[in-house]
Amino acid sequence: MGDWMTVTEPGLCAESNNISQYTSETKMSPSSLYLQQVLCSSIPLSKNVHSFFSAFCTEENIEQSISYLDQELTTFGFPSLYEEPKSKEAKRELNIVAVLNCMNELLVLQRKNLLAQENVETQNLKLGSDMDHLQSCYAKLKEQLETSRREIIGLQERDRQLQCKNRNLHQLLKNEKDEVQKLQNIIASRATQYNHDMKRKEREYNKLKERLHQLVMNKKDKKIAMDVLNYVGRADGKRGSWRTGKTEARNEDEMYKILLNDYEYRQKQILMENAELKKVLQQMKKEMISLLSPQKKKPREREDESTGTVISDVEEDAGELSRESMWDLSCETVREQLTNSIRKQWRILKSHVEKLDNQVSKVHLEGFNDEDVISRQDHEQETEKLELEIQQCKEMIKTQQQLLQQQFATACDDDTTSLLRDCYLLEEKERLKEEWSLFKEQKKNFERERRSFTEAAIRLGLERKAFEEERASWLKQQFLNMTTFDHQNSENVKLFSAFPGSSDQDNLTVHSRPRQKKLHSVSHGSAICTSKMTKSLPASPTSDFCQTRSYVSEHSSVNVLNITPEEMKPNQVGRECSNQTWSVASRPRSQEGCYSGCSLTYTNSHVEKDDLP
Amino acid sequence: MNFSEVFKLSSLLCKFSPDGKYLASCVQYRLVVRDASTLQILQLYTCLDQVQHMEWSADSLFILCAMYKRGLVQVWSLEQPEWHCKIDEGSAGLVASCWSPDGRHILNTTEFHLRITVWSLCTKSVSYIKYPKACLQGITFTRDGRYMALAERRDCKDYVSILVCSDWQLLRHFDTDTQDLAGLEWAPNGCVLAVWDTCLEYKMLLYSLDGRLLSVFCAYEWSLGIKSVAWSPSSQFLAIGSYDGKVRLLNHVTWKMITEFGHPAAVNNPKTVVYKEAKKSPPLALGHLSFPPSRAGACPLTATAESRYEVASVPVSLQTLKPAADRANPRMGVGMLAFSADSYFLATRNDNVPNAIWVWDIQKLRLFVVLEQLSPVRSFQWDPQQPRLALCTGGGKVYLWSPAGCVSVQVPGEGDFLVLSLCWHPSGDSLALLSKDHFCLCFLETKEGTGAAAGLRDGHV
Repeated sequence: MGDWMTVTEPGLCAESNNISQYTSETKMSPSSLYLQQVLCSSIPLSKNVHSFFSAFCTEENIEQSISYLDQELTTFGFPSLYEEPKSKEAKRELNIVAVLNCMNELLVLQRKNLLAQENVETQNLKLGSDMDHLQSCYAKLKEQLETSRREIIGLQERDRQLQCKNRNLHQLLKNEKDEVQKLQNIIASRATQYNHDMKRKEREYNKLKERLHQLVMNKKDKKIAMDVLNYVGRADGKRGSWRTGKTEARNEDEMYKILLNDYEYRQKQILMENAELKKVLQQMKKEMISLLSPQKKKPREREDESTGTVISDVEEDAGELSRESMWDLSCETVREQLTNSIRKQWRILKSHVEKLDNQVSKVHLEGFNDEDVISRQDHEQETEKLELEIQQCKEMIKTQQQLLQQQFATACDDDTTSLLRDCYLLEEKERLKEEWSLFKEQKKNFERERRSFTEAAIRLGLERKAFEEERASWLKQQFLNMTTFDHQNSENVKLFSAFPGSSDQDNLTVHSRPRQKKLHSVSHGSAICTSKMTKSLPASPTSDFCQTRSYVSEHSSVNVLNITPEEMKPNQVGRECSNQTWSVASRPRSQEGCYSGCSLTYTNSHVEKDDLP
Repeated sequence: MNFSEVFKLSSLLCKFSPDGKYLASCVQYRLVVRDASTLQILQLYTCLDQVQHMEWSADSLFILCAMYKRGLVQVWSLEQPEWHCKIDEGSAGLVASCWSPDGRHILNTTEFHLRITVWSLCTKSVSYIKYPKACLQGITFTRDGRYMALAERRDCKDYVSILVCSDWQLLRHFDTDTQDLAGLEWAPNGCVLAVWDTCLEYKMLLYSLDGRLLSVFCAYEWSLGIKSVAWSPSSQFLAIGSYDGKVRLLNHVTWKMITEFGHPAAVNNPKTVVYKEAKKSPPLALGHLSFPPSRAGACPLTATAESRYEVASVPVSLQTLKPAADRANPRMGVGMLAFSADSYFLATRNDNVPNAIWVWDIQKLRLFVVLEQLSPVRSFQWDPQQPRLALCTGGGKVYLWSPAGCVSVQVPGEGDFLVLSLCWHPSGDSLALLSKDHFCLCFLETKEGTGAAAGLRDGHV
């Protein structure tokens, strides 16, 4: 019943706290008394609870019950069940209204408590499930902990074992090292002992030798002698000379002479080698300069960027002549300059090549793939052909073998004929053997040919690849030159430089010297037309140059001068002008360069570039 | 290729004269001198006993015949057959005899290496050199014949004496930092002397003509060291073969190692050509019909069985011997090596792969060719004029290699002629093939002399 009080709602609880204290003090309630009585009287509890509780109020103790209830209720803060007494003597009357009110209030309270109980029960349930969950979690975690602990223990165990092993190995290593050391010491000690013994023995041996020498040599052994018919002359025809200090000095002199000669010879060789290397270096430098010069003669802004290097290079170029003589004089003075300049040039070249490589690798990834395949096909065809030939040869050999076999067979048929034929057969055999070797030789030759062809095909493929790359690099370089040279015409340049080499190139490169002057003037005339034309051309890079050429010739024919297409060589003109600007354009392989050069000069000639050096 | 008829020989003593005109050979106690091209007997000398050593003088005028057992040396003159000279070392005994480069002095080493006696053919003078060291290669002359280097041993220390050959005066005398000097050799230019230690220690010392130590080279320690040494004819390289189966090349400028040639039993480099001697097998690869082998019936001996070279496809493993580790002088390491006359090639033999000859390209410093024979290679020698290598394996064949290819030739003749040794004519035109008791000449180029030799009838000496 005390429990009941503890689970009341907090608000109520605070209110009734003192009340409970109070009630605890007033223990003597009739019901409790009664209860004790009931318990003592040991009434069987078979009666139901209802009847038990209904036993609270009986006919006899109504008054008592009412007063008890009143007392109880007032202690709980309810209004008294009794009416206010009018007078002190008057008997207190039961107030029905108050009783009802109290009852109602008690019922409300009861309901509230029930609700609260329900809430608490659900909460309890919830908490119970929570508890369960947490417990399971806890169990799981505990398990995990256990397993990880076990793992840790296992790992520690392993670690321990490994450490143990490691320690053992270390110990072993140490032991081995000790062993090695020991063995080395043993070897060394044995060696010293051996050497010592050897020395001892050798001394003894020397003593014996000395003794023997005395015994054998000092006995005036008559036998030790040379018996010669007559003495012969010296090989050099001279007579022997006396041994004097002079001869000794002469010998020394000669020895040093020989040594000196040797050193001189070697020095000469080294000098020659040096000279060769110098020559190569110089040539390399020259080539580098010539290769890099087109870059040097770039527009102003570029020059400004690398003023230092260009100026120094110009100085070098100017001092080239004096330098040539300096080469031979001494290496010391020139060496540093030379190595520096070479290094510089090399750096420039390297960066340039790297740049180009990047570009080329981008552009030409797809370019030469199919061509490579073609070469392989060629090669396969050829090998097939060769194989066929070999096959034929084999067949021939086989038939001959068969023939031979037949001959043998026939020879076996008849003894007499075989005897007769024997000699022939032998001859035949010999001959066939020769043929056989011949065929083998032939086969070997075929094999060799085949091998050499495959090698050639591979080389061809490589060369083609290299050429492609070179072409690409040239294209790029030209393109770069173009772009840096003339920004206005960059789109034209692109158009021409992207034009792939065609069979027309060959006849286009044919020069006609006497016509150059005329052409030059022509170029001036047609310049405007072409510059217009290039703008009107389709922007696709695969535009046919023949078209443009015809276009050019059409335009030029508008002029008074009548020029045949052969005379109308744009690249010739381009070469004329570009020769001053780029040495690159004069390279025979760079026909594309000529084309681009041509387009450039066409445009240049009328724009009258001011940034030409 | 033509072969002369077979002549008798003893102790493998058969030598061409340095000028190439004559061929001297010994049969028991007789010395026979023939014309090198016609093989006609020019002179016949009779010695006192069986000849054990025979040597031409440098000017091809004299021949020395040594009879070590008797302590005797006999010298014969080619110009004056009646001229004779006999040197008796008496009770001192004789273990080695050689010519001085001028061809007028004879150096005799007495027993126990007590001394070297220098006998002159021009004067009565006799010189003695004391304390010569008993080692494999203790005397060496420069190529121009001016100087002689001699290994000496005094007070348990090694010394080298450099003597002037013209008057036998001592030029330099210095001690070498060796435990037990094993050999010395002049560079062909005569300015550098290579001195190496015993095989217990890998040590190569290089001395200048004036006795300065130029360099010391030591490749490794503790295990057995140098086994063979060869100068390149250009004096540019010094090849050192050692017991670890490697050849190390030193250069002549810094005397440092340029490269190391290993001799593994497996050849893997596809650039290397491996010629393998194979028994000629009757079934041919192409057809099913086989020609009856012509010589199989006639020569059942394995030594004379037909064989030829085949080019083996490259990952090849060569036959190796397992050297007995518990024996002295184990059969392992590079024991023979020789440069070709033009210094372009180096031929080597690794003693635990005795059937193979490695030929190295010195220009490219790599293995060029490997020749694998059916039996161990007995000896090989380069043609003195061109890069051509002749080798023999103690069988009935002689083998020739040149950069163009490889050929094996059966030595004709009844009975078996087992080639134990060979020597080139100085011109490189012919080759003397020596067996235990016979020799014959092999003419490599068809010349009029060959026919004469072939037609020559010569009584057995």
